[in-house]
Amino acid sequence: MPKILRIAGINKAFGAVIVADNVAFDLEEGTALGVVGPNGAGKTSLFNLITGTLRVDSGEIYFLGSEITKLSAAKRCRQGVARSFQVPQPFVGLTVFENAMIAATHSAGLSGQQAEERCLEVIAQTGLMSKVNVQAGKLTLLDRKRLELTRALCTNPELLLLDEIAGGLTDAECTSLIQTIKDIHATGVSIIWIEHVVHALLAVVDRLIVIDFGRLIADGDPKTIMESREVQEIYLGIDIDA
Amino acid sequence: MSSYRVFRASKASYIAAAFGLIALIFLAAAPWWAGRADMRLLSEIFLYLALASLWNLMAGYAGLVSVGQQAYVGFGGYMLFAMTMFGGLSPLVAIPFAGLLGALISIPVAMLIFRLRGAYFAIGTWVIAEVFRLSFAQVSALGGGSGSSLPAKIVTSMADGREAREALSYWLALGIAVVVIAAIYRFLRSRNGLALTAIRDNELAAGSLGIDIWWMKFVVYVVSAALTAMVGALIFLQKIRISPDAAFSVNDWTAFVIFIVVIGGIGTIEGPIIGTLVFFLLRETLADLGTIYLIILGLVAIVVMLKAPQGIWGVLRSKFDLQLFPLTYRVQTTSSNKGGEQ
Ligand SMILES: Nc1ncnc2c1ncn2[C@@H]1O[C@H](COP(=O)(O)OP(=O)(O)O)[C@@H](O)[C@H]1O
Ligand SMILES: [Mg+2]
Repeated sequence: MPKILRIAGINKAFGAVIVADNVAFDLEEGTALGVVGPNGAGKTSLFNLITGTLRVDSGEIYFLGSEITKLSAAKRCRQGVARSFQVPQPFVGLTVFENAMIAATHSAGLSGQQAEERCLEVIAQTGLMSKVNVQAGKLTLLDRKRLELTRALCTNPELLLLDEIAGGLTDAECTSLIQTIKDIHATGVSIIWIEHVVHALLAVVDRLIVIDFGRLIADGDPKTIMESREVQEIYLGIDIDA
Repeated sequence: MSSYRVFRASKASYIAAAFGLIALIFLAAAPWWAGRADMRLLSEIFLYLALASLWNLMAGYAGLVSVGQQAYVGFGGYMLFAMTMFGGLSPLVAIPFAGLLGALISIPVAMLIFRLRGAYFAIGTWVIAEVFRLSFAQVSALGGGSGSSLPAKIVTSMADGREAREALSYWLALGIAVVVIAAIYRFLRSRNGLALTAIRDNELAAGSLGIDIWWMKFVVYVVSAALTAMVGALIFLQKIRISPDAAFSVNDWTAFVIFIVVIGGIGTIEGPIIGTLVFFLLRETLADLGTIYLIILGLVAIVVMLKAPQGIWGVLRSKFDLQLFPLTYRVQTTSSNKGGEQ
């Protein structure tokens, strides 16, 4: 059985800034992988490289056994790799429902009533039903983040990449987000989640990697890693139990 | 999920469709109620409406701001002349063929100019149109730089008698306008139409959600070229005379068209319809003024761009929340009417 994702020694630099320094790891199908690391470490860049928004300088990326390194972002998405953007990228002139329809009709390949039903289902799940006819440009930042998750889910992904979607939520909202992501995971979707809200992350993931200066510096059991000396040093000042 | 329903049309759009149908029947009957001069004017209006709708599809939806669509107007006109004069085709058959050839020639053109971004793209389209003009001026069989006229026997072969010919030519103009607007409407309502709006809003997200941006724009460019070439064929079938300067006129086939779209409202189907009416209203009342007429056109365009950059339809739409050609989706709860409303 092929790995859902295989990152084989990828490199990427912006001038002198190295955002991926020989990064290599595999992901078993059905895993929920957490990603932590300081700001500017290259976490978002890693997502950009996996999804095709950025091209690697060298190295290869495999999705379900086939190489996707040179594919466009659109093709990778249609194959089942979906992501949310850390800085939301809504289609501001389209409603929440229409934003979702783009994902359902262009990536999931659904049409007609099937597409509409899938969108309504996801919108209900992500808590945007009361805004379903609102133009995305009029949404608050939190709702824009919900829309990011909504669209990603409407692509019917096999691998879901989430980039800091828990920041700024109230406790109740955070609890419900955790449940939503657990539900998605339970349907068999593999997840990679970049998150600074560590307690939310630890509630979901079964494996954790740490990235610093574009390098993968730790990989393994979430609790053990969070308590390790390297991570404590990097996270000095960040309350792990927050 | 059964408690939600998705709607696309609104009451206003049903009323508009009914009125549109009545207007269409009325216009189709013009040969029985209108004089020759009126029919000629109406034909010209329909052809401009088609050109403006196509330019709007490209610029207002696909972000392809071309100042060189005269390339395809002229190409279509010349193809009609060539195919009827040398290929022995009837004009009615030559029109769709002109569209097909327009699509074919637009493919290499698109590959070339799609490498250009923003203003360079616009300049590229204009350069291509100039290349077309200079090339056709070299073809001596088509009259070179001074152009040629359609032989009388080709014109008379279209229909028996002058009245029948004029009616036919009028219906062709009305027909192409209806076909163009209906095609654009159907396309924009499809998933690909929604994708165009998404690309217009955010290319990064569009690509990341599975939309092939290059391909979408390419399809819009090629289809617009084909339909523009068919309109061009009709324009010069009515004029009966073609020359490189008339066929590839940037003023006639692009500047006026941009004026129509900008004052009517770019990025809406309704905009070019209103813009065409305003343009012809101005032209018919002011054309006698000569240069002053062009200055007034320029002033109107500047005032609209400054005061209402969304055009006349943009203002009406936001004031009355109107949509005559419904492209959006509305989700409503079927049991009660809350939750789904904005
Ligand atoms: N497109 C880009 N061009 C230049 N530098 C970039 C670009 N994207 C990211 N960077 C830089 O790369 C580094 C890593 O950024 P990022 O991957 O967003 O970090 P993280 O998500 O871990 O906070 C930062 O220093 C950032 O400024
Ligand atoms: Mg980041």
